[in-house]
Amino acid sequence: MTSTTGPAVTRPARRRTSAPLRLTVAEARLYLREPAVLFFTIILPLGLALVLGNFLPGMREPDPLMNGQRAVDTQLPVMMITLAAMTSAFTIVPGVLALYRERGVLRRMSVTPVPPALVLAVQLLLNVTISLLATLLMIAAVVLAFDSRPPAAPLWFAVSFLAGVVALFAIGLLLAAVVPGSRAAGGAGSVVMFPLLFLAGMWIPREHMPDGLRVASDISPGGAFGQALRDAWAGAAPQPLHLAVLLGWTLVAGLLAARLFRWE
Amino acid sequence: MSVIELRNLHKTYAGRAAVDDVSFSVSEGEIFGVVGRNGAGKTTTVECVSGLRRPDGGTVTVTGLDPRRDRAEVRRRLGVQLQDCTLPDRLRAGEALELYASFYERPADWRALLEEFGLGAKRDTPFAKLSGGQRQRLSIALALVGRPRVAILDELTTGLDPQARRETWDLIEAVRARGVTIVLVTHFMEEAERLCDRIAVIDAGRVAAVDTPEGLIARVEGAERMSLRVEQRADPLLRELPEVTGLTRSGDQITVTGSDGLLFSVITTLAAHRLTPAGLRADRATLDDAFLALTGRPAAETTA
Repeated sequence: MTSTTGPAVTRPARRRTSAPLRLTVAEARLYLREPAVLFFTIILPLGLALVLGNFLPGMREPDPLMNGQRAVDTQLPVMMITLAAMTSAFTIVPGVLALYRERGVLRRMSVTPVPPALVLAVQLLLNVTISLLATLLMIAAVVLAFDSRPPAAPLWFAVSFLAGVVALFAIGLLLAAVVPGSRAAGGAGSVVMFPLLFLAGMWIPREHMPDGLRVASDISPGGAFGQALRDAWAGAAPQPLHLAVLLGWTLVAGLLAARLFRWE
Repeated sequence: MSVIELRNLHKTYAGRAAVDDVSFSVSEGEIFGVVGRNGAGKTTTVECVSGLRRPDGGTVTVTGLDPRRDRAEVRRRLGVQLQDCTLPDRLRAGEALELYASFYERPADWRALLEEFGLGAKRDTPFAKLSGGQRQRLSIALALVGRPRVAILDELTTGLDPQARRETWDLIEAVRARGVTIVLVTHFMEEAERLCDRIAVIDAGRVAAVDTPEGLIARVEGAERMSLRVEQRADPLLRELPEVTGLTRSGDQITVTGSDGLLFSVITTLAAHRLTPAGLRADRATLDDAFLALTGRPAAETTA
C-alpha cells in the first residue's frame, strides 16, 4: 500500500462511462460466464427443434388439422421459442434476482447513487435480448433445415413477440418477488413453466386439444403467446383475444410484482 | 464540525424498540466507533444514517442533509460498507470497482485504488476466489471509490483471521489519514480500542456512554491494577492514598487497584518510606472491562 495523502488519486478530466452502460456490460459478462445458461436458453431449444423436426415421425407431413401446415412450419419452432423465453423469464431472471437479493448485491447498491432497480432493468433487457436472439436463430434454423417460410407477417410477429415476452417476464418478476431464496427460485420456475408449456401446446398442439383445454390455453400466457406468434408467422393478424390476454397477464403480474418485490 | 448528527433516534420493529433514543455526533476527520453486542441496535442505527431505514422518531443529518429527503446527495457524500453484502461470484475485483466507480460523478481512479488496497494482482480474480481479507479490502475500496466525505464500515473484520484483521486495521488508518471521516461499527473491543478516537457504546438500543477509549476505561472502578511483593507495613500507607480504591494481601504479595496515576503514587510512596517493591506488575483495564462495567455483560460472544 502506498502512503498517499489527500483524497484517493484524482483524475477528474477523464471521460466517464455511464452507470447503465457499465452495469449492462458487467451483467452481460456474468451471463456469458455461466455456460449452462446459454445452453438452456439458446442451444437446447435450437437442438430440440432440429432433432424433433428431423426424427419425429409426421413432423414434416402436412397436417389437415393445421390447415395443411407441417409441424415444422410454425408449431415446432414457436413452441421452442416459447420454451426459450419461459426458461429465461421463469428460471434465469428469478434465480439471478433472488441470488442478488440473498447475497446483498441489491442492498449494497441501494447505498450508492444508482438505484438497484437498474439491475432489474438491465437483467430484463439482457434476457429479452437473449430470447430475441433465440427467436431469430430458430427462424433461421427451420427455414434452412426444413424449408419452412419465414414469418409472413413480420410486423405482427414482432408485436406478438413483444407482448408475449413482456407478459412472461412480468410473471418472472412476480416469481422473483415471492420466492424466498435462489434455491427455491429454480424449483418454483419449473413448477410454473411446465404446466404453462403444456397449455401452450408443447406436447399437444392447440389444434389437437379438446375444446375445454383449448379455452384454458387461450387464456394462459404461453397459449396466447404461441398462438399469436403462429398466426403472424402464417401471415394473419393475431387474435385480439390473445393480445388482450398477454396485456392482462402483464398488468396483473407486473402490478403484483411491483407491490411485492423486496430489495433485501 | 460535526459530520453526522443523531438526535433522539427511535426505530421499532414489530413492537420491539431496536433503537431507543440514540443521540451522538461524529466530528470531521475522526474514527468514531459504534460498539455493542450483536442485536444491540448498531446496524439499525447506521442503516438510519445511510438512509436504508426510516427512523420512527428523532432526526439524522449527514453533512447537514437528511438521508431520506436528500437521498441522492447523501449517497454521493457517504460511502457505506455493509455487513453480509457480497458480489456476484464471477464478477472480477477490477470489474466490481470499475462498475462502482461509474456510479459516481467524480470517482477515484479505480485502478489506483485497487493497487493501494493491495489488490492490484487480483484485478482479474473472480469475487468467489478472493480470500476473506481480500473481499473485505475490496468492500472498503467500493465504499471509497466515490470519494466520500464519510465512510460507514459495518463489522469489517468479522470472520477474518488475526493477520488479515491487522491488515484491515492499517488500511482504515490510512483512509482516515486522507481526511475521510469514518464510522466503524464493531463488536470487537480490541478493534475499537485500537482504531477509534471516540466510541458510542450501544446497549439494548440505548447509548450507554460516548467517550474516548481512554475515557471509557478510566470509568472502570479500579481501572489500574498492580501486584507486587512488599513488607506488611506498606499496607496502611498505601490504603491512605487517594488513587487507591482497593488492596488485598496474600502472604507477602499485594494487589492494589485504583484510578489513574496509581502506579506513580504507589511507587513514590514506597520510595519515601524506603520500602522496596519486588516482582512488580502493572495492568490496566481494557475496553472489554469498560464495556462489561457499562453494560453488565461482556461484548464477546461465541458466534462471530
